[in-house]
Amino acid sequence: MKRNHPNTGGTGLWPVLFIVFLAFGPPARAAHAQNPTVTVIQNATILTVTQGTIEKGSILIRDGKIAAVGRSVRVPAGATVIDATRHFVSPGIIDCHSHIAVDGGVNEGSIAVSSMVGIEEVIDPADIDIYRDLAGGVTSANVLHGSANPIGGKNAVIKLRWGKDAKGLLFAGAPPGIKFALGENPKRSNFQPPPGFPRRYPNTRMGVMDVIRQAFSEAREYRKRWQDYNRRKTAGEKNLIPPARDLKLEPLVEILEGKRLVHAHCYRADEILQLIRLAEEFGFKVATFQHVLEGYKVAKEIAAHGAGASTFSDWWAYKVEAYDAIPYNAALMTQKGVVVSINSDSAEEARHLNQEAAKTMKFGGLSETEALKLVTLNPAKQLRIDNRVGSIEVGKDADLVIWDKHPLSVYAVAQKVLIDGQVYFDRQKDIAQRAAIEKEKKALLEKEKPKKEEKKPEEKKPSATTQSPAEVQP
Amino acid sequence: MPARASRPFLALLLTLLLIGPAPVSPAERPHAPPFYAIRNARIVPVSGPVIENGTIVLANGLITALGANVAIPPEAWVIDGKGLTVYPGLIDALTNLGLQAAAPAAATAVTTIEQALEQARRQPISQGPEDRPGTTPWESAADNLKLDDKRLESWRKAGFTAVVSAPDRGIFPGQAALIHTAGERANELVVKTPVALRMNLAPVGGFFSFPGSLMGVLSYIQQVFLDTARYTQAWATYEASARGLERPNYDRTLEPIRQAVANRWPVLIPATWAKEIHRALALAVQAGVNPILYGAHQGYEVADVLAARNVPVLVSLKWPEKDKDADPEAEEPLRVLRFRDRAPSTPAVLAKAGVKFAFYSDGIANPADILKNAKKAVDAGLAADAALRALTLSAAEIYGVADRLGSLEPGKIANLVVADGDLFAEKTKVKMVFIDGRKYEVREPSRPTEPPTVNLTGKWTITVNTPQGPQESTADLKMAEDGTLSGTLTGPRGTASLTTGWVSGNKFSFTVSIPMGPRTLDATYTGSVEGNKMTGTVSLGPMSVDFTGTRPQEEN
Repeated sequence: MKRNHPNTGGTGLWPVLFIVFLAFGPPARAAHAQNPTVTVIQNATILTVTQGTIEKGSILIRDGKIAAVGRSVRVPAGATVIDATRHFVSPGIIDCHSHIAVDGGVNEGSIAVSSMVGIEEVIDPADIDIYRDLAGGVTSANVLHGSANPIGGKNAVIKLRWGKDAKGLLFAGAPPGIKFALGENPKRSNFQPPPGFPRRYPNTRMGVMDVIRQAFSEAREYRKRWQDYNRRKTAGEKNLIPPARDLKLEPLVEILEGKRLVHAHCYRADEILQLIRLAEEFGFKVATFQHVLEGYKVAKEIAAHGAGASTFSDWWAYKVEAYDAIPYNAALMTQKGVVVSINSDSAEEARHLNQEAAKTMKFGGLSETEALKLVTLNPAKQLRIDNRVGSIEVGKDADLVIWDKHPLSVYAVAQKVLIDGQVYFDRQKDIAQRAAIEKEKKALLEKEKPKKEEKKPEEKKPSATTQSPAEVQP
Repeated sequence: MPARASRPFLALLLTLLLIGPAPVSPAERPHAPPFYAIRNARIVPVSGPVIENGTIVLANGLITALGANVAIPPEAWVIDGKGLTVYPGLIDALTNLGLQAAAPAAATAVTTIEQALEQARRQPISQGPEDRPGTTPWESAADNLKLDDKRLESWRKAGFTAVVSAPDRGIFPGQAALIHTAGERANELVVKTPVALRMNLAPVGGFFSFPGSLMGVLSYIQQVFLDTARYTQAWATYEASARGLERPNYDRTLEPIRQAVANRWPVLIPATWAKEIHRALALAVQAGVNPILYGAHQGYEVADVLAARNVPVLVSLKWPEKDKDADPEAEEPLRVLRFRDRAPSTPAVLAKAGVKFAFYSDGIANPADILKNAKKAVDAGLAADAALRALTLSAAEIYGVADRLGSLEPGKIANLVVADGDLFAEKTKVKMVFIDGRKYEVREPSRPTEPPTVNLTGKWTITVNTPQGPQESTADLKMAEDGTLSGTLTGPRGTASLTTGWVSGNKFSFTVSIPMGPRTLDATYTGSVEGNKMTGTVSLGPMSVDFTGTRPQEEN
């Protein structure tokens, strides 16, 4: 339904308004609240990331995009106003390595090359982790296949639009990607098959490279088969039967053609260099090295290749290949000119990525802006979505977080999270709904109990945990 | 001598002439069904208004007439239908009836990780889509029917005259057939085959065999349909001008899928939650097939989508329950509680949105529970006549056999269920069913005629002394005046309804069907009662063990 602007209410317009009213019925207030076309956030400390900090500033949001940012922004009539006095606004956090919202397993671990599978087909829009990460300020996530294979499955870049169906979560326009993995996981060092089952090839780092090289050789041949077929078809040859389409090789051809981003799980310096050499041999670029805990040792080479690095703040020693990690990794790589992000790889860690980014100020001395970039603009660059998100600039998507404290403070708690200008998380609403949810749960449990002839007096038991209103949604 | 040699030959010829190749016309079948007329009955045709006091005539396996004033042909066997209601035979829209041998279930039951691994080891390891994991689309339910599946009889006794039966193992398990629940030979059961191609989305592999994930299954299915499209094109090209062209290989996997696509066979796709329904619809579009979705418990959320896409749905009557092995202390999320509460409202919501739907039993062990669970959908807002339609005409329409089954109309197959009241009422008993115009009486098992001297009504705590130690269960029994027992038995694995039961003097017997893996076993409790105590034996197949029971309450 179209919105009736109050400023159209001159007396001469009343008959027109009345007809509109008759035709459409009363304006649906609930729909307005959920789908405002114009919103203004006022009196906030705005951390734009690209254009410094604006004190007591405003952000005008129109149709899901940032329309104006500054000290004085005119409030259009009919706009929804959010007062953010004493609060901070940052760009939405982007998690460059996530496994939330996936149904039926994140690994197709049975085979060494699983490029035929895709996360996009198994998005679970009802996964509560979406809401929990959203409440931590995350607005976009790179949902990746697991690391069981040298070449894993296709990724899905999503926006955390809690309440939408699977299709509604997808970040439309984000370039497609794929997971690669090097080292212990793809060579199955820490996973023994049960007795009676064979070990899967590869079992060494050499083998991992062999599998990747073999796959790209096949992909080149596959591309050639199709090129030949198309050439003969164009030449007017009759009775041609097309080559078989191969869902495993199609994404690899896309990588060769620069149409699909490679996100490579890795730890050690040697395997990072191995993949850079192999990629350059086949003429493609690695978009990001993921985890990349020894990245500080080969930062120059990573920068020269043009890859990004998406690492942990200070998580290490959980397996042999993670022993040489240092918390200075993100800062050192940044200083060598690598585009660095800090990711979660965990639904829990994603709830405080702002704090993870802040740690680089202590370990490596990054500035506030540099630290904030690690979870906003840099992951956006790594995912090639920085024309849409990652900073607070006119024309970008209004993916914003309103914090009660500076987001690099451990005391900061996200108050409201907006995606495309819509509020998807509101802390006050969440708190207000908890009691009603508890009540409904209790009633439903009571209803399920087998009916007894004689009712016992009800036991009053205070609930141990609180349920978030998110549980209401699908 | 030639004369001597010709004697046995002549005898053979004579025999051949007498019994040999029978004419196909059903009227001249050796065991042609007789004419029947049921009069003075309440007739519910489903396709038209109820006839309160009418007559229905069956001849040659078909319905020939029904109405308030119908002439009864002199050759008809007349049944007085006073107090009886005649319905179309019920249809269970998806089962695996007739597809399991009568082997004891315990031998194949998987209860430990070791057993599961052992079973996995015996299966070939699949290293990718080219190994065609879990793919047997050539398997035809119609060609594999086994009449010794006891469930055919128990479903028939509950009023089901036809079921859709489909192989159920793997990603492409095979072809579904619509079959009757009675017949002399397996081929006589088949009404139509194939009626659909079945698909499952559960991974068949694991971490060592492809596909081990849902996304693996989905990509595999997509690859199979791409391969089918190329196979179809290759053969079409070759058939059009074979000379000078390389012959494509025959592929027994792709051939039935090619037929399914070309002949628009419906494809059965599982989808229980809303997200799965969206996913299944996308899959059907991608594969270019007509879907029938089955499961659909969260259909209440996406009825509008299903209506807009005009996709038929089979609603599972096995309503969601709390997992029996769940941690009793664990707090369940509201959306799970809401799902369990609202699932039975799905049929009502689908009906309102105009979605075509039918019901199926989905592994319910005791067919008596099928109607009981359909009643839950009625309690949640579905009109009773819509529930009946979902068990009859709608199922026939979805599978394209409404021209021969699903309602009481002249010319349709004479499949009837005759009950002594409303089918959804708890006390109603099915008296007889007709399949292909043949009558199957539903008799209570023989039992002593002496009237009961004790009343078993009440809640009994039953302790069975198994070799593994005592095991407790609760029997909630109701005894009618004539001693007929009904009620439920609740054990650690769930609740089952009594299939039969009686009391005579102070002796009693009742039977429950217990699901054991993919099959069910009958457990019969027999014993005697003194006041609030019972003793007896329970027999489970060849085993029997003692049990005792007490009734702690104030019942007499």
